[in-house]
Amino acid sequence: MKVENALEMVCQTHPGMVRSHNEDSVACEVASGLVVLADGMGGYNAGEVASGITVSVLTTEVSQGLLQGSPTRRDQEYGDEYGVLLLRDNIQRANASIYHAAQSQPQYAGMGTTVVTGLFYDDRVVVAHVGDSRMYRLRGETLKSITQDHSLLREQIECGMLSAEEARLSKNKNLVTRAVGIDAKVEPEIGIYDVQVGDIYLFCSDGLNDMVTDEDIESTVYAMQGNLPLALDQLIQMANDNGGRDNVSVILVKVKGGFAVPGRWLEKIFDWFKK
Amino acid sequence: MAAKLILSWNGSVIREYPLNKERMTIGRKSYNDIVIDNLAVSGEHAVIVTIMHDSFLEDTDSTNGLEVNGVPTKKHFLQNNDVIDIGKHKLKYINDQTTQTTSADFERTMVLRGSASSTPSGEYKADVEKSSTMQNSSFAGENTAKTGKFDALSAATSVKPATVTSVKHTTVEQGSTGKIAALQILTGSTAGRELDLVKNLTTLGKPGFQVAVITRRPQGFYITHVEGGQFPSVNGRALTNQAHQLNDHDVIELAGVKMEFYFKDGRG
Repeated sequence: MKVENALEMVCQTHPGMVRSHNEDSVACEVASGLVVLADGMGGYNAGEVASGITVSVLTTEVSQGLLQGSPTRRDQEYGDEYGVLLLRDNIQRANASIYHAAQSQPQYAGMGTTVVTGLFYDDRVVVAHVGDSRMYRLRGETLKSITQDHSLLREQIECGMLSAEEARLSKNKNLVTRAVGIDAKVEPEIGIYDVQVGDIYLFCSDGLNDMVTDEDIESTVYAMQGNLPLALDQLIQMANDNGGRDNVSVILVKVKGGFAVPGRWLEKIFDWFKK
Repeated sequence: MAAKLILSWNGSVIREYPLNKERMTIGRKSYNDIVIDNLAVSGEHAVIVTIMHDSFLEDTDSTNGLEVNGVPTKKHFLQNNDVIDIGKHKLKYINDQTTQTTSADFERTMVLRGSASSTPSGEYKADVEKSSTMQNSSFAGENTAKTGKFDALSAATSVKPATVTSVKHTTVEQGSTGKIAALQILTGSTAGRELDLVKNLTTLGKPGFQVAVITRRPQGFYITHVEGGQFPSVNGRALTNQAHQLNDHDVIELAGVKMEFYFKDGRG
C-alpha cells in the first residue's frame, strides 16, 4: 500500500486562552508521509518566524528529497538511511536559516524553536526532535511517550536530583536545553520505530501535555480513534478548558494499513548476509 | 532577591546567608561557605546547589547526618520554610521568589544554552546569564547530560533514573461546578446498573464499532457521537455531529439501550 493510502493525518493549532498570538506551526503532508510541529520562542513575532521557517523548510525540502530517491536507500558515506538524513539535514538547514536571520536582523535576535517531525515509510516512522515537543504512540489501549524532552527538568530527573513528584513543584518547567536556531549547529535526536496497523501517533507542543494529563490524553485518543478530527478538537478543548495558558498544537496520525516498500525483503536478506 | 538560609542556635539567629552561588558548602572547616564551628558538624558536612530558583541540599557523607523538618535526609529539594538540622544548629530556608515572578513568566519556554554569546530576551535574561557560568560544572551542557555526571551528586548513593512520562502536571480542577453526575442503565440485561461520571471522558460503546463519549467540562457534561452508523439520541431526538449538553434526568438511547443522566447532589 502507498503511504498516502495507509495513513490518516489530521493537524490543528490553537493560540490557547491566554496568548494573543500563536507561535506554533504545524504541517501534515500525507503524500510524503511527513508531519512537522514546531513551537517557536522569541520576542514580538520572532517565535512565529522561527517555527514557520522550520516547518516550511522541512515540508518543501523533504518532499523534494523524496523525489530524488527511496528513503530506504543507504547512504554510502554515512551509512544512514536516506530518510534519516532527510530529516537531520533539513533540521540543520532550518537551524542555519533561523540563526542567520537572527544574527542579521535585530528584531529576531534570540529567536528559536522546538521541533518534532515524523517521516513514515516502509512500515516504520523516523522521528527527529529538538526541545520539548513530543511524540506519543497509542498501541492497543496504552499511550507511551516516545521522545524524551530536551529540558532542564528532564535532565534534573535523569541525574537523580529530582523525583517525578518534586519535578511537579519545580519552578524551572519551561527551560529547554536544545532548540533550533539558537546556535550555529544543532543536533536533533533521531529514533526509528516499527509501526503496526492500528497504531495512532500523536505529536504535540507542550501546550497540550502541560495542561492535560497523560491519562486524559490516552483515554481521549483511545475512545475517539474512530474519528480523528473529533479527537483533535477534544484534545485542544481539554487544554483550553484547563486554562489554555500556552499555544496548543496537535497532530494525529493513524496507521490504517501496511506500507512496506515492495522488494525490500530481498534487500534485507542481502544486508543480513553482508554482516 | 535570592533565596537565603538563616542560621540559628538555641532559637537565636546567628547569621543570614544569601544563596547567591551555584554551589555553597556547609561544614566545620573554615573554607566552607557556611561555617558551623561545632564538633557535631563534619569538616565538609553538606552542599546546597542552586539552579535558577530551585535549591537542592545534599549530605556529603557527614558523620552525624542531617535532618530536614525533623526527617533524616541524604538529599532534598528545598521548599520555602524548610528547616535543616545539623547537630544543634538550625538552618531555615527562605525562598519567596514565587511571588516575584508571575505565572505567565513560568509558562514561556526559554532556552538554556551552552555558550553565552547571546541570551534570549525576556524575564529570565539575568538568570540565564548567571546560569551559563555554571553550565560547565553542571548538567545543562550536552556532554554532562549524556554521561549523567554531576559533581554535586558524586556522593549520591541512590541515583535513580525516572522518565518524564510519569510526571503529572497539575491541572485545573475540571467540572468546577462541583456537581457529580451519574448514568443509570434503564433497559437491557444490565438494567439498574449505575455509573458515576468521575472521569473527564467516559466512553459508551466499543471503539471500532459504535462509540459516544460523555465529556466533563467546566460548564457541565456533554455527549458527543464519535463513530458508528447509529447516532445516539437524547430524550428521543437524535444527536447531530455537535456536542450536546446534558441536563438533569435526560434519557440517552444508544444502540437500543436506554440510560438516564442525572446529577447526584440533587442541585442539578
